[in-house]
Amino acid sequence: MRFVDEFRDASLVKGVLDEIRRTVTRKWVLMEICGGQTHSILHYGLDELLPPEVELVHGPGCPVCVTSLELIDKALVIASQPDVILTSYGDMLRVPGSHEDLFSVRAAGGQVRVVYSPLDAIRIAKENPDKQVVFFAIGFETTAPNNAMTVLQAKALGLKNYSVLVSQVCVPPAMHAILGSPQNRVQGFLAAGHVCAVMGYWEYPPIADKYGVPIVVTGFEPLDLVQGIRMAVHQLEKGTHEVENAYGRVVTYEGNRASQAIINKVYQPCDRQWRGIGMIPMSGWGLREEFSDFDAERRFQVGHIQTQESTTCIAGQILQGLMKPPDCPAFGTLCTPETPLGATMVSSEGACAAYYRYGRIKNLMAEK
Amino acid sequence: MNTDKTISIEGAVCPLPLPHKDQIVMGHGSGGKMTQELIQRIFMPHLSSSSLQQGNDFGEVLLPAQSNLKGRLALSTDSHIVSPLFFPGGDIGRLAVCGTVNDVAMSGAIPLYLTAGFILEEGLPVETLERVAQSMEDSLHEAGVQLIAGDTKVVEKGKADGLFINTAGIGWVDENTQIGGALARPGDVVLISGTLGDHGIAVLAARGELGFETAVQSDVAPLNHLIASVLKAAPHTHVLRDPTRGGLATTLNEIATQSQVAILLEEKSIPVLPAVRAACEMLGFDPLYVANEGKVIVIVPPEEAEAALDAMHGNCYGKIACRIGTVQASPARRVLIRTLIGGMRVLDVLAGEMLPRIC
Repeated sequence: MRFVDEFRDASLVKGVLDEIRRTVTRKWVLMEICGGQTHSILHYGLDELLPPEVELVHGPGCPVCVTSLELIDKALVIASQPDVILTSYGDMLRVPGSHEDLFSVRAAGGQVRVVYSPLDAIRIAKENPDKQVVFFAIGFETTAPNNAMTVLQAKALGLKNYSVLVSQVCVPPAMHAILGSPQNRVQGFLAAGHVCAVMGYWEYPPIADKYGVPIVVTGFEPLDLVQGIRMAVHQLEKGTHEVENAYGRVVTYEGNRASQAIINKVYQPCDRQWRGIGMIPMSGWGLREEFSDFDAERRFQVGHIQTQESTTCIAGQILQGLMKPPDCPAFGTLCTPETPLGATMVSSEGACAAYYRYGRIKNLMAEK
Repeated sequence: MNTDKTISIEGAVCPLPLPHKDQIVMGHGSGGKMTQELIQRIFMPHLSSSSLQQGNDFGEVLLPAQSNLKGRLALSTDSHIVSPLFFPGGDIGRLAVCGTVNDVAMSGAIPLYLTAGFILEEGLPVETLERVAQSMEDSLHEAGVQLIAGDTKVVEKGKADGLFINTAGIGWVDENTQIGGALARPGDVVLISGTLGDHGIAVLAARGELGFETAVQSDVAPLNHLIASVLKAAPHTHVLRDPTRGGLATTLNEIATQSQVAILLEEKSIPVLPAVRAACEMLGFDPLYVANEGKVIVIVPPEEAEAALDAMHGNCYGKIACRIGTVQASPARRVLIRTLIGGMRVLDVLAGEMLPRIC
């Protein structure tokens, strides 16, 4: 496949890995923000090809993983109501709430549908005028313009049976939370390429300056990832902390202005609970007042639901890069993709699920 | 009382039921006249055999000429549900025939006879049923297998997705043939008959839910002739299995567990059509977990690998058959894959339903 195969070329990847090996003189801890990057790193076995000095820790950029238990419980309550069709992205269906997941609601007769594009939710609303159609709008800056677009469309079409349960979160506040933590280990970041495709990277220089960390905008293919790592290691060895772009074929400094305009039109910044991490101030987006008619929390009066998280699961520490999945006593025993204790074991982008699926090779070799 | 008009006694009899020639109604499953009419009109022209023509509640058949009492019988049954009923490259009828023919053939057997049970949903167009019967006829003919018994039931509207078909198959295994999932041995070579993931992506695209179009065709096909030629060329073949639901990854994990061995795959050798790869990339699927309906994994001792490959290349369903990996002693019960960039990882079984990723 053109423009993909080139970025999976073993000899090109090896060349960059060799360069990292020549450059690195001491131990560095890098965090890849995005769950898609975590998935890719483990899918290609890239972590095992890196020199031992470079440690990758996995960031909070998995939208399913950080969606608060409270919002999932709200979604479950809404989906259980008669005459409601709850729509969401596939992964979300498996995430356990306090007592059940959306699959169980569906098995009990609730209407829960997977959509590939949020605009499919609008189509479902048009086709089912006698039902209330709710879209569970989760995700980072990547999904925000598409999710916001559905609200604009619903308004333009005068759809009275469409609403969104908003769980939008943003990357920069999470980076502040991680870097500002007294236990922080992260010395450099691979910024999430697709988030930056939407937002650009003008938000990052103040973070790089404030905490003295290099930030490299990085893509998702093996060659993108090793290139991002190479640039971050190079900066760390030189002692600089610039924001660089290793994903120039997709990302510009300004980002996608049209998408940003849609986001700003529909959403405004708000505080958000992150599953396993807690409340991060101004770390998400909620609907602006003028679109509050489309707010599912209001329409279904679920605003009062509050939930406490399990204490066994260490997903919070994992999402902040403080611990790795195998550090958890429940990993692979009590907690597996079939019986997940936390969301990081559910989503294919979750660090625990990725480790479970791909990352056990060293343990296996040790077993033998 | 006005007696000017005489009452016609003939007109007072119960009206005859409508024949319902265009769509399935509950009466077609009654076992009575309408059922008979459906069998005569739709099934018999396409799915006739000497056994079916006898009109008994059982099928009585002969063993093949070459069989003797030392051989074994292989049986398999499979229920087929697919939405939509027709998809690029196939339909539920072809799937129902090929699925069971292939399952029987994977034992090393020569598939001989099939039975079919139809569960029809009230309201199914009769024309749809006829197209399915025609497709089953074509597939049976291609496989060289006879349908020897059948059954039809009708359920109320909403209780089935148009049409479900259960097929059961029987085949004869030569006394010298020993094939099974537990027989893979360290040193064996793993072969695949062609590209992976075609069926799953074709069906998904046919549902019209992908938001993009693809020209991918399902690979649904009877593999019994291909398997017969593999067994002739490589008589010490250890394992034959078709990677259907769960795809290559799940099937190889089953074999690794049954045989207590490790299987090491080379990702760069695994054939996947560019269109299937592209669709999987967009959806966040891994083609190694996507269903196939016309592919076979062949695990053979290294000295017979070339002969087995040559035999597959000589069949229309094995033109691009190739080596994809090897069997090792350890780590037992695991499938490992050397990735495109030279890393190594575990290829695990799929947990639950495969779901598209978010971004």
